[in-house]
Amino acid sequence: MAERTYLAALREGLAMEMRRDARVLVLGEDVAEGGPFGATKDLVTEFGPRRVVDTPISEGTVMGIATGMAQAGLRPVFEVMFIDFLTLAIDQLANQAAKARYMSGGQLSCPLVVRTAAGAGRRYGAQHSQSLEAWLLHLPGVKVAVPATAADAAGLLMSAIRDDDPVVVVEHKILYYRKEEVAEIAPVPLGRAAVRRPGRDVTIVATARTVHEALAAADDLARDGIEAEVIDPRTLVPLDLDTIVGSVRRTRACLVAHEAPLRGGIGAELAALVQEHAIDQLDAAVARLGAPDAPVPAAPALEDAYIVGHDRIATAVRGLIGRPA
Amino acid sequence: MALIRAFEETVSAEIRDGRMPGLVHLSIGQEATAVGVADVLRDGDRVYSGHRAHGHALALGAEPWRVMAELLGRRDGLCRGKSGSMHLVDVAHGLMGATGVVGGNIPLALGTAFALAPSGAVVVVFFGDGAAQSGYFHESLNIASLWHLPVIFLCENNGYAEFTPRSAHTVVERVARHAETYGIASSTVDGNDVLAVRAAAADAVARARAGAPVLVECLTYRMRGHYEGDPAGYRDTAEVREWREKDPVARLGRLATERGWLSAADVAGIEHDARAAAADALARAHRSPEPGPDEVIGDVHG
Repeated sequence: MAERTYLAALREGLAMEMRRDARVLVLGEDVAEGGPFGATKDLVTEFGPRRVVDTPISEGTVMGIATGMAQAGLRPVFEVMFIDFLTLAIDQLANQAAKARYMSGGQLSCPLVVRTAAGAGRRYGAQHSQSLEAWLLHLPGVKVAVPATAADAAGLLMSAIRDDDPVVVVEHKILYYRKEEVAEIAPVPLGRAAVRRPGRDVTIVATARTVHEALAAADDLARDGIEAEVIDPRTLVPLDLDTIVGSVRRTRACLVAHEAPLRGGIGAELAALVQEHAIDQLDAAVARLGAPDAPVPAAPALEDAYIVGHDRIATAVRGLIGRPA
Repeated sequence: MALIRAFEETVSAEIRDGRMPGLVHLSIGQEATAVGVADVLRDGDRVYSGHRAHGHALALGAEPWRVMAELLGRRDGLCRGKSGSMHLVDVAHGLMGATGVVGGNIPLALGTAFALAPSGAVVVVFFGDGAAQSGYFHESLNIASLWHLPVIFLCENNGYAEFTPRSAHTVVERVARHAETYGIASSTVDGNDVLAVRAAAADAVARARAGAPVLVECLTYRMRGHYEGDPAGYRDTAEVREWREKDPVARLGRLATERGWLSAADVAGIEHDARAAAADALARAHRSPEPGPDEVIGDVHG
């Protein structure tokens, strides 16, 4: 097994897909230069400028161009440098890409992939640090992946490229340089959750960076004899509800934790679903943790206070199952 | 052109009499742009349109009864009742999509042109003067020029963005002027003269096939309101009268008889046949069943 960063793994997965399928191309701002994090570094050398296409800073139009490419037989991977800029392109994603198959009665398909960097923690401030994945859940026709590990960063991207529908892969910029052992760079199916840690006492559902905070919290809780099961959904659409509900039926307690603001966040959807499907097995209402109702602050002290960390998760779990530290 | 006119007059009557659902925008008065452009395209070329798309679909060869069935929300509609009037798609005849978001699919034409350029195909995107104020239009001119894409920006400039005249939205009178900024060839033609449109479109297609985008601005006018039911009180009657004199369908008929291409009886026969075809399309579309409720969730994902 080789140790790789999340970024190196996803770049390798992307290059493998480009070698496998000549229809796959990358486009976005600075992609020939590798982008700000280096996700597409050196790809232009191997694949040339017709498959690694630099674009002007015109996110909405480029989302539409990528949609047109996809409808005409290519498999574009559009890098939206920061998810904050996806707001400029939501019209194209929501009104064109997501609805093309439906509105055409199945005449069109749109195998479009959007890669974008989300998340706080780098002191970039409110317009370069958001977690907007919940916006995407409300768009029928769009699939949403939220990789938390290097293997998933590559594998979910590979599956997204092979999928015939628009898929947004929401990468977390704090995870880009995180190293882990990766057994194999291979497709990871969309719609299959990962149990990151088994446990009997409580189910923690967490996404992206918060998965790692949840695992740290679980270590902390284990020292007090509380065994938390940590589930990473990996994709929010499609959602592997069976794995989550199956876990909750055993543990009888569930906490959902994410980095985005709590209000209208994915925790609301997950909590509702768990309660609809497992209300009889729950000893308490599903608990949620997310950011406060505020933009992401820039100052380190403020940003650290903003993000859901392992301490807050551990405290919330203790409160949830009635075993204060 | 006669078929498009008869088809849309039939649609108008259906709406007036409460037999057709939805929000419908007619292109009566603008038929020459659809026909002049479609006539110079070949198999493999692709077209995008806006919310006033019935004429484009018919000019490209869409079956009238299936367009009508789509407008009526029937199972045999082009898109099985999922598109309605504003989002027609007929891939078999080259229509990749129409859009209810003004200017929203100009970028899609660029993407399709990028994908299909190696095959020698060109892509036409129809839009109006209202869409020319969108960011998508300007960003797309920039990128199409930069990437040498075989796109024809076909502006149907009817002088009104919904209910508001051009003068309230921009000081730029001619949409074609924007092309120069981005190094794109352009022309402005009488959009109610189908032969002028055809000539400009043929020139544009030739340039596009050689790898350069072109902008063609067709000056035209919609004889109906923005949508069916819009009384269009914002236009003065003298202006409407003036444009009625330039009716593109009647003009072509007059031209054909003046030049001896057709007799007056021939022209009358064409118009009669068009009305009969529209009536047949309507009757057949009404016989198509409504889609069942289980079809609501079909075709969301592949």
